[in-house]
Amino acid sequence: MSLSLLFGIVITSIFINNVIFAQFLGLCPFFGVTKKLSSALGMGMAVIFVLTISSAITWVVNDYILVPFKLEYLQTVVFILVIASLVQFVELLIQKSAPTLYQALGVFLPLITTNCAVLGIALINMTKSYGFIAATVNGLATAIGFTVALLLMAGIREKLEYSDIPNSFKGLPITFITAGLLAIAFMGFSGMKL
Amino acid sequence: MLVSVILIAGLGLIFGAFLGYAAKKFGIEKDERIEKIIEVLPGANCGSCGYAGCADFADKVVKGVAKANLCTPGGESVSIAIAELLGVQEIEIRDTMVARVRCQGNHFKTIKKYELDTVLKSCAEARLFFHGDKSCIYGCLGYGDCVRHCPFDAIKITEQGIAVVDENKCVGCGKCVRTCPKQIIKLQNSEKRYTVLCNSKEHALHAKAGCDIACIACGKCLEVCPASAITLENNLAVIDYKKCTGCGLCALKCPTDAIFSEIKDLDFVEILKEKCIGCTKCKKVCPNSAIIGELKSPHEVVEKECIGCGICEKSCPVHAIIKKKK
Repeated sequence: MSLSLLFGIVITSIFINNVIFAQFLGLCPFFGVTKKLSSALGMGMAVIFVLTISSAITWVVNDYILVPFKLEYLQTVVFILVIASLVQFVELLIQKSAPTLYQALGVFLPLITTNCAVLGIALINMTKSYGFIAATVNGLATAIGFTVALLLMAGIREKLEYSDIPNSFKGLPITFITAGLLAIAFMGFSGMKL
Repeated sequence: MLVSVILIAGLGLIFGAFLGYAAKKFGIEKDERIEKIIEVLPGANCGSCGYAGCADFADKVVKGVAKANLCTPGGESVSIAIAELLGVQEIEIRDTMVARVRCQGNHFKTIKKYELDTVLKSCAEARLFFHGDKSCIYGCLGYGDCVRHCPFDAIKITEQGIAVVDENKCVGCGKCVRTCPKQIIKLQNSEKRYTVLCNSKEHALHAKAGCDIACIACGKCLEVCPASAITLENNLAVIDYKKCTGCGLCALKCPTDAIFSEIKDLDFVEILKEKCIGCTKCKKVCPNSAIIGELKSPHEVVEKECIGCGICEKSCPVHAIIKKKK
């Protein structure tokens, strides 16, 4: 696996094929925890941790357990099992090490279990038949792209708090419009060829 | 088939074991009192304590941020149970509160200005169009926003189109108070029976035009109240419940029946003949002239006239007057 290919995966996953702005996966935390920059960063970190490790583990499980037994059709179920236990583990870790972050993330932390971004990337890794390193790097890069999107959004929303928005657009409506504009901006990357 | 079953079960076992180990290694000890308090609480998650649900309240109580007596639905018994769990000896027991809908303007008393022809019939929506479809703009719209928000199923919309609280079920959580777009529902001490059941801040003429049973701010209750607990604010009689003794004279004198009373359930007094010395003190203080009798002879109570206010009871020097339930 050449380094240039890995670099290509990283740039593609973060910018060109951004998980939120181009693939529209994992939108729930994107709107749910982007009210404050600090909680957005915490959520991003949790997703980076879960996605990277789940990409690695799901690859191992797929290649050494599911493929030899010809049980690829069980991918979805097994991957969810892996992700769910990982999220539980992360929840324990955060609750112990950063109780305030745990409070701020609230219900969105256990919701990573059902976050389609996490499951989606694990499944995409399999369909693109990446190797172990490529799959892990793809997971990490996608999660970084997710965090970038969350931080951008949180930054804008914190500024939006102080701006004069028409009454009917206050709250979620203006957030949806902002998200749409951001997605259009990210479309600019799609012209890049790597 | 068998392989897949074994595989999934095996994976589940491995992950379960790993999580169990992690929970032991990384888990934090939670105060076991929190769980116990959650069990004691009603579990309605009504938010009347000011915290986000029963679990949050239990957490805050254990941390010492919240007071033990804040749970309104639970009332006295829950407050005591929490205090016992915490090992606190003294707690103030708060008054039991109930919600009352301060409007009696049903379909017979008011007129509908227009027909609300929308899919979702709700008070909040009706209010958007000319303050609602009722002829009184302060009145209960009767589309049941409060009914949908009541966690205890204590509010009903009557056939006459007005919200009524079942005081046996109401626990005073105040969810309806916050929901009502007209702000008609208020919490009050359940012991206090008399309430001005009108919310109209219009002048008498307009108030009466909108609703037959409106408070017209005539001030008769003001004059008659022996505890001077009633004031007029914004063309509306307001009872100060700190002063109100619950005598019910205001309800009796109200010309439009805007002050609610349960005359049937009222107490009445009885004079014990063997104790009465015939001093006529009770006769003099009775606001409704319900006591008859001559000086130095035992007095009698005319049951039909007695409103059970108990003013005579306090005036009697020999404690010959007792309150009775009808």
